[in-house]
Amino acid sequence: MQLSRLVESDQEVCLGIPAKVLGIEGYLADVEIGGAIRKANIQLVSGVKVGDYVLLHAGFAIQKLDEKEAMETLKLLEEFYEVR
Amino acid sequence: MKFVEEFQNPRLVRSLLEQIRSLAKRNVTLMEICGTHTMAFFRHGIRGMLPKTVNVISGPGCPVCVTPTNVLDAAIEVGRRKGVILATFGDMVKVPGSRSSLEIEKALGSDIRVVYSALDALRFAEKEDGKMVVFLSVGFETTSPGTACTVLDAVQREIGNFKLIVAHKLIPPAMRALLEAGEVKVDGFICPGHVSTIIGSEPYEFIPKEYGIPCVIAGFEPLDILQSILYLLRQIDEGVSKVEIQYKRSVRPEGNPVAKRVMSEVFDVCDSDWRGLGRISESGLELKERFREYDALSIFDLDLGEAVEPAGCSCGEVLRGIKSPTECSLFGRACTPSKPVGPCMVSSEGTCAAFYRYSGGATKR
Repeated sequence: MQLSRLVESDQEVCLGIPAKVLGIEGYLADVEIGGAIRKANIQLVSGVKVGDYVLLHAGFAIQKLDEKEAMETLKLLEEFYEVR
Repeated sequence: MKFVEEFQNPRLVRSLLEQIRSLAKRNVTLMEICGTHTMAFFRHGIRGMLPKTVNVISGPGCPVCVTPTNVLDAAIEVGRRKGVILATFGDMVKVPGSRSSLEIEKALGSDIRVVYSALDALRFAEKEDGKMVVFLSVGFETTSPGTACTVLDAVQREIGNFKLIVAHKLIPPAMRALLEAGEVKVDGFICPGHVSTIIGSEPYEFIPKEYGIPCVIAGFEPLDILQSILYLLRQIDEGVSKVEIQYKRSVRPEGNPVAKRVMSEVFDVCDSDWRGLGRISESGLELKERFREYDALSIFDLDLGEAVEPAGCSCGEVLRGIKSPTECSLFGRACTPSKPVGPCMVSSEGTCAAFYRYSGGATKR
């Protein structure tokens, strides 16, 4: 699923994909998407660290994904499930 | 946490659908304005899961689709100049201009290259310093910070043979133009998660305030989309309208301040022509005066002429949400992904291409 997205992303302008940061050298990071490794420019996001997930779009990281917020959203959805 | 599979949980999808069903009492029309949402709705079969009362339509959210023919004509003209390499994103290559396309020009000998990022175009410029590399840059607020960053990079590294045709557009002014035209009645907006990652939630505030229409900024996985629809139905049910963020793991109310700063350092806001919507004031970006030496159109002294829509093509109406692709007389007959007439059939994010791909093409009209 993720890999097919990666392939499609080469043709699509608007797609953003979560990518895991494996290493950082200056403005460039090695990121992993569904097993594939590619370079990402991280100039547009402050405070990126190895292990973070960033949203990758057209070669640039455009945001650091917030794990705490992601967990909150999922927790809320579980609550929806329980009160159903 | 991988930020993808977690948001596809079928058990939670079913529970959200139950709640949506209990709130979907009257007919509502929701509009998404993002090519990635257009694709996600089809890929996950979301329209088919929703109650009949919830109608989701696509607006002008595909950057390739809203780029008018005159921009393509200018790019084609630039690509024909001696010593020029014209680089752009994949989908742009197949879009017909008024007489040709970049794909045809490539076959005729122009050096047209597909890139994944503006940075790839800059790399070509660095490698081939005897040539001029012109990057045709399209896209919304998600893409323009990267382009801006690349321009600053070119300046800093003194790469003088890198030029651009800037055709970037801004989403909120297009939403206002749609609402002002009043052709389509929208009860709620599914706002684009990645554009909003950059601009934040404030630029949509005018929609509930001035037009009384609820907005939810949505992510792209099934749970994101369904939760956003549920939030819109709740607002409609309670008779309130506000901007809510569902896609909180990526969208902060203030957006991405670094990206916004880079964008405003390189670009000025300008009036811009949209395919199907015409000229919209303050809806596009152009290079600031001090970066004019990077502007391919001024270097080649090219004016964008008038945009011409292909005869019989309904892309304009499709982009405004007033026609479904299947209501176009060309759909699936004269216009298919392998021989597209209009841009909405070219881009995989285009509404016509998505309809064609997921609805069995011309066979199920």
